Amino acid sequence: MTVELAASHGRRPEVVVPENSPLTIRGLTVSYGHKPAVFSVDMTVMPGAMTAIIGPNGAGKSTLLKAALGIAKPLSGQVRVFGKPLDRQRARVAYVPQRASVDWDFPTRVIDVVVMGLYRQLGLLGRLRASHRARAMECLDRVGMTDFADRQIGQLSGGQQQRVFLARALAQDADLYLLDEPFAGVDAATEKAIIGVLKSLRAEGRTVVAVHHDLATVRDYFDNVFLINAAKVAEGPVDTTFTAENLQAAYGGRLATAQVDQLAQVLA
Amino acid sequence: MIGSEFVPLSLTPLLIGIFAAVACALPGNFLVLRRQALIGDAISHVVLPGIVVAFLATGVISSWPMMLGAAGAAIVAVVLIEAIRRLGRIEPGAAMGVVFTSMFAGGVLLLELSDTSNVHLDVEHALFGNLESLIWLDATGWASLLDREALLGLPVELPRMAATLLAVAVFILLFWRPLKLSTFDEGFARTLGIRTGLLGLALVIAAAVAAVAAFDAVGSIIVIAMFICPPAAARMMTNRLEHQIAWSVVFATASAIAGYVLAGYGPLWFGGQDAVSAAGMIATVSGVILALAAGFGPCRTRSGAPQGG
Amino acid sequence: MIRDALLLQLGYNATLVAIGATLLGVAAGVTGTFLFLRKRALVSDAISHATLPGVCLAFIVMVALGGDGRNLVGLLLGSALSAWVGLLCLTWIVRNTRLAEDAAIGAVLSVFFGLGIVLLTVIQTMSSGRQAGLESFLLGATAGMLWADAMVIATGGALTLLLILLLRRPMTMVAFDPEYAAARGLPVTWIDLAMMGLVMAVTVVGLKIVGLILIVALLIIPAVTARFWTERSDRVVLLSGLLGGLSCYVGAALSASAPNLPTGPIIVLVSFGFFAVSLFLAPSRGVLAAVLRHFRFQRRVHLRQGLLALAQGQPIYERLTNRLLRRAGLVRPDGVATDKGRARAAKALRDERRWQVIRADQAYEAAAALYDGLRDIETVLTSDQIAEVDRTIGGPRGVPA
Repeated sequence: MTVELAASHGRRPEVVVPENSPLTIRGLTVSYGHKPAVFSVDMTVMPGAMTAIIGPNGAGKSTLLKAALGIAKPLSGQVRVFGKPLDRQRARVAYVPQRASVDWDFPTRVIDVVVMGLYRQLGLLGRLRASHRARAMECLDRVGMTDFADRQIGQLSGGQQQRVFLARALAQDADLYLLDEPFAGVDAATEKAIIGVLKSLRAEGRTVVAVHHDLATVRDYFDNVFLINAAKVAEGPVDTTFTAENLQAAYGGRLATAQVDQLAQVLA
Repeated sequence: MIGSEFVPLSLTPLLIGIFAAVACALPGNFLVLRRQALIGDAISHVVLPGIVVAFLATGVISSWPMMLGAAGAAIVAVVLIEAIRRLGRIEPGAAMGVVFTSMFAGGVLLLELSDTSNVHLDVEHALFGNLESLIWLDATGWASLLDREALLGLPVELPRMAATLLAVAVFILLFWRPLKLSTFDEGFARTLGIRTGLLGLALVIAAAVAAVAAFDAVGSIIVIAMFICPPAAARMMTNRLEHQIAWSVVFATASAIAGYVLAGYGPLWFGGQDAVSAAGMIATVSGVILALAAGFGPCRTRSGAPQGG
Repeated sequence: MIRDALLLQLGYNATLVAIGATLLGVAAGVTGTFLFLRKRALVSDAISHATLPGVCLAFIVMVALGGDGRNLVGLLLGSALSAWVGLLCLTWIVRNTRLAEDAAIGAVLSVFFGLGIVLLTVIQTMSSGRQAGLESFLLGATAGMLWADAMVIATGGALTLLLILLLRRPMTMVAFDPEYAAARGLPVTWIDLAMMGLVMAVTVVGLKIVGLILIVALLIIPAVTARFWTERSDRVVLLSGLLGGLSCYVGAALSASAPNLPTGPIIVLVSFGFFAVSLFLAPSRGVLAAVLRHFRFQRRVHLRQGLLALAQGQPIYERLTNRLLRRAGLVRPDGVATDKGRARAAKALRDERRWQVIRADQAYEAAAALYDGLRDIETVLTSDQIAEVDRTIGGPRGVPA
C-alpha cells in the first residue's frame, strides 16, 4: 500500500490510487444519526477479481457499498472509481440493489426492468430500437429468464426477482459490478445461476464486489474478502485473509457457535 | 343536449373540466405509485394561502400573480414538509398534516382580515370553483369554433387550462424514463446519475402547476379527487405503467364528462330545478369509477408472488 | 378585550364555547397522540372530510320529516354516521385492493367531500335550505352560537375526554407496542377501532368550532409538538393534551374578542406557534440542538480520523480534518504533527488496537458492541481491564513525525 509521510504538506494530497484499482476508498466514514455505520474505512479493490464484503449484521456492509455508489452521503472520505471521482465514471459501474429495497408491485414487466439498465445509452428520449430489445433479451438469457420477459414483476419468486436485477446490471455493460446481498433468500438453482454469471463476468476481465452473508460459500465463490465491522478488519486474498482469527475479530462474540463449527470445517 | 345551446353554455366548461381532470391525473399516477398521494391533498390546501397572499401583494384579482403565488405556496409547503420530516424526524403523514392545515388556516385568516368584499375571492369559491359559470357567450353554435371574433370571447380559463395540460404532458413525456426509473428503484436511479431529489421536486411542481390552474376553474376538491381517483382506479385495470396512464386519462375524462352532465341535467331528471355543483359531482363520479375498479378491476389485488422457485 | 376574552369575561355563551373548545382540545391532543404513534395521523383527515355528506343528509332528512334542519344533535349524528361509512370504505380499500393507505385516504377524503358539496348545493336549492348555514361546518363558526349548541359542544367535549380517560391504558399499550399488547391478550383490533371511534367523536364535536377542514390539525399538531419535548410515552400523551387544550382555549378566546376572527384558523395557528417554537428550540430533538450536535459529531469524527492517520503515517485527504487538527494545535501549519499531536495520535492508535482486541474477544462482548470508532475506551472498560488488554498488545510504539 502506498504510504506518504503523515500530513507532510498543508495542501490536500490527491488520493493515490493503486494501479488499475477499479474502486479505491480512503478514510470513509458514514453515519446514520450519531453512530458511524462505517468508520474510517480504506478499501482497495483488485481488478478482474471477485471480492466479498463480509461482516456481522449491521456492520455497515451495505452502507459501504452505497457510499461507494454515491447513494449514501459520507461524513468524510474519498471514493475513486478507476482512479477518478464517481461522477465521471458512472457508465463503468453497475449496481444490483437488495431485492427488498423496491416495491415489486410496481406496474411493469420483466423486460422493462432490464431495459432500465440501458438508460445511459438511451438517454431521455432515445428510441428503443430492436437492437436494444435484443440486448435486453440477451441479458435475460444469461440469467435464464427469457421465458419471463413479459411477466409482471410482482408475479416472480424471490430468486427470479434477483435474476432480473442481475440481468438489468448486465445490460449496463459495466467494468465494475457492485452487488448488495445477491444470494439473500434465493433458491439453490438461482444461486448457482447467479454465481455462474458472476464468474463469467470475471472471465471477461470485469470486477465484481458483493456484500455476502454466507460464510460457508466465501471460499468457493470469491477471490478476495473484505472484512468489516464498522471499521475495516482485514482485506486481502481469501487464502490468507479469510482466517478464523480475522473472522473472530470481525464478528467478535456475535459469531454463533454453530457458525464457528461450520467454519472450522470449511477452513480446515 | 347537442342543441344550439350546447356550444355557448356547455362546451367550454366541459372542455375545461376535462383538461383540468387530465392535467391532475397525469402526475397523480406517479404520486400514487410513490406513496405520495397525499402531497396532492396538501398542495390543494395551500393553494388558497398562496392566492390570498398574491392578492394582498398586488391588490388585484389577476391570474398571473395568483398562479405564481399559489405555485410558490405549493413549493414552500413541499419544502417545509420535507424539512420538518427530516429535521424533526417525523413521519411524512404527520409532517404534511402540520404544514397544510397551518398554511390553510393562515390563508383563511388573511382572507377574513383583509377587505375582499368587493372581489370574488372566498373560501367556498376556492373549494368548489365555478365551472358552471365559464360559459362562452360569444358563441352561437358549432360554427363559432371557426369564427375568429367569437373565439376571442372564449373564457380565459380554457386556453390557460389547455396550456397547463400541454405543459404537464410534455414534462411527463420528456422525463418519462427517469420518472419511471426513480419511482421504481430510487437507489439504482441515483447510481445512473439521475438527480432523483430534483426530479421528485419537479414532479411535485408539475402537480402544483396543474393544481393551481385547475383550482381557479374548478376548485380544489376536484384537484384532490383527480390526483388520486383516476390513477388509483387505473392501477387496478393493468399491470403496465404505460397502460395505467392511458386508463387514468380515460377515467379522468369520463369523470369530467359524466360529472358535468349529471350535475347539470341530473336534478332535472328528478324533477329538481337547479343544477348542483359540477366540481362535487365530478369528484363523486370519479369515486364511483374507483369503486367499480376496486370491485371488478382485473388487477385489483396484489399478485401474490409464489415463494421459492 | 383580549384580556377579557382570556379571562372568560365575554359573556355566557363565549365562556361556554371556550370551555367546550378547551375540553375538545385536550381530547384531540390525547387522541391524536395515539393516532400519531400508530403512524396513521392522516386517517383523521379522511374521517373529517367524510362527515360532510352526513351533515347534509341529516339536514335533508330532518327537513323532510318536518323538523328544523339545523338541530345540532341531528347534524352531528349524521356526520358521525357518514364518517363511519368513510372509515369502512378506507379499511375495505386497504384490505381488499392493492392500493396503499395514502391513496385510500385521499380517495375517501375527496370523494366524500365532493359528494358533500353536491348535497350542499342541493340544500341551497331547497326552500328551507338557504339559511341553513351548513357552510359553517367547513371552517367552524362560534360567533352567534345558540346556547343549546354551546351546551352540546361542552358536553360532547367532556364525554369524549371521559372516554379517553377510561381507555387510556389499553390504548397506550397498543400505540407503543401492538405486538406486546397482543401478546398480553389485549384485543388490538377492538382497541384500534375504539381509537378511531374517539377520533370520530373529536371530529364531530369539533365540527362546529374548528370546521371539518381544519379539525385534523387539532389531532396532529399537538401530538407532533409534544413528541419534541420528551421520549416518554405517558408524557407525550399528557403534554399533547395540555398543548391541545391550551391552543383551543387561547384560540377560542382570541376569536371571541374580535368579530372577524374565525375560530378554527386561529386555534390552528396558535397550535402551529407552539409547534414552530418546539421544532427549533426543543432541547434534544429540536433543529437547533440537532444542528449543533451534528457539527460537534462531525468534528469528533474528523479529529479522530486525523489522529489515526497521523499515527499510521497515512496522508490526510480531507481539508476539514487538517483544519481541525491545526486549530487544536495538533499539527503545525506546515502539516507536521506537534508533540501534543503525536502524543494524542499515539493514544488514539493505541485505543484503536485495544478496541480490536476486545472486539475479537468473546469475554468483552457487551463492551465491544459499543464500538463506533469514537467512544473512549475508558468509558467501557475498567483500568484493570485496560491493563489486561495492553498486555496482549505490548508497550506503546513510536509515531512517525
